[in-house]
Amino acid sequence: MEQKDTQWPLWEVFIQSKSGQPYKHAGSVHAADKELALLNARDVYTRRNEGTSIWVVPAEYIVASTPEEVGPFFDPANDKVYRHPTFYEVPEGVKYL
Amino acid sequence: MSNLSTQELETKFQQKIDANEYIEPKDWMMDKYRYNLIRQISQHAHSEVVGMLPEANWITRAPNLRRKAGLLAKVQDEAGHGLYLYSAAETLGISREELLNQLLTGKAKYSNIFNYPTLTWADIGAVGWLVDGAAIINQVMLQRASYGPYARAMIRICREESFHQRQGFEIMVTLCQGTAEQKAMAQDALNRWWWPSMMMFGPNDKDSPHSSDMAKWRVKRESNDDLRQRFVDRVVPQADFLGITVPDDKLKWNAATQHYDFGEIDWTEFHNVINGNGPCNRERLNARIKAHEDGKWVRDAAVAYANKKRKKAA
Ligand SMILES: [Fe+2]
Ligand SMILES: [Fe+2]
Repeated sequence: MEQKDTQWPLWEVFIQSKSGQPYKHAGSVHAADKELALLNARDVYTRRNEGTSIWVVPAEYIVASTPEEVGPFFDPANDKVYRHPTFYEVPEGVKYL
Repeated sequence: MSNLSTQELETKFQQKIDANEYIEPKDWMMDKYRYNLIRQISQHAHSEVVGMLPEANWITRAPNLRRKAGLLAKVQDEAGHGLYLYSAAETLGISREELLNQLLTGKAKYSNIFNYPTLTWADIGAVGWLVDGAAIINQVMLQRASYGPYARAMIRICREESFHQRQGFEIMVTLCQGTAEQKAMAQDALNRWWWPSMMMFGPNDKDSPHSSDMAKWRVKRESNDDLRQRFVDRVVPQADFLGITVPDDKLKWNAATQHYDFGEIDWTEFHNVINGNGPCNRERLNARIKAHEDGKWVRDAAVAYANKKRKKAA
């Protein structure tokens, strides 16, 4: 799509703070294209070495769960205590389990 | 999707806030909450952006490279603060363009403090020390504001602010330990910036029209007068250390309350500046408009380039 709007498309910014760490959402920037989005994200969110790596993602491609459906959406996990180690009994004296 | 009545939604909304939970962009929220937050966050963003002007005024005239690098980094941070906050406001459903339009057409307000001029180098010291100092007190409170994106922007901002205040105070220390003329310059800056800084906390509690809803919604967690008192209690000993005098003859330590008592703010001046008659209102707005217009070719070029690449790829 041709861009006319001077506010530019919106990009969500994710930053990895240290090697090995997961990427975390930091905020968003506007930019005309992906290269500029990356540069803007660097200037806006990592002026003090807050990151070792950045992802920028067009905001329109992010799909989010809806708050109204929070109950039914996550409900399948609610009654499955057997997914947790504490559900299982370990006989006294047995180690490394 | 929701089949709850508005009344039930409002109750749930308020319960969530009272339980110290956060409201996120897609959550149901009261229209009044959305409206007031857009107003407050965008005013805050505009303040960061306009706030660059009085300080940028001294970048080329900083007395040495250390000071210049520090001031430049501070002003750059303020641009960043403006951007974090515009992003937060946009999550409430207003576009960046509309926000900028409101600023450039004079429809939106920004902090009164930036309508005062920075006349000498000492003003850069006083601004960092007092203006950023006052802003920090307000922003620390806002780190736990109920709107998630606003609170997160505040946490990021607060991490950066303490350097701003320290670089200002260091300028003041240097001037106050310098020649008599330098110390007089520091005193003069304190004289001019004291009361405008005190005004940054807004009207007295009894005259504050927006406070009660914002308090109920956990945006304003402390009152204007309480925040102002904290500012005075923190800053007066710092002025004592500098050996300069706060321009308020009613200012004195109260052993009974364990706080400083202080004089009344000139609210006529406060309202005058809000209504556009401060020393620099017109100059600030014109500078913003000029910067926006001068930047147009850059924005256009970026869009033209992006469009060209997209066509090539297609
Ligand atoms: Fe700031
Ligand atoms: Fe600042």
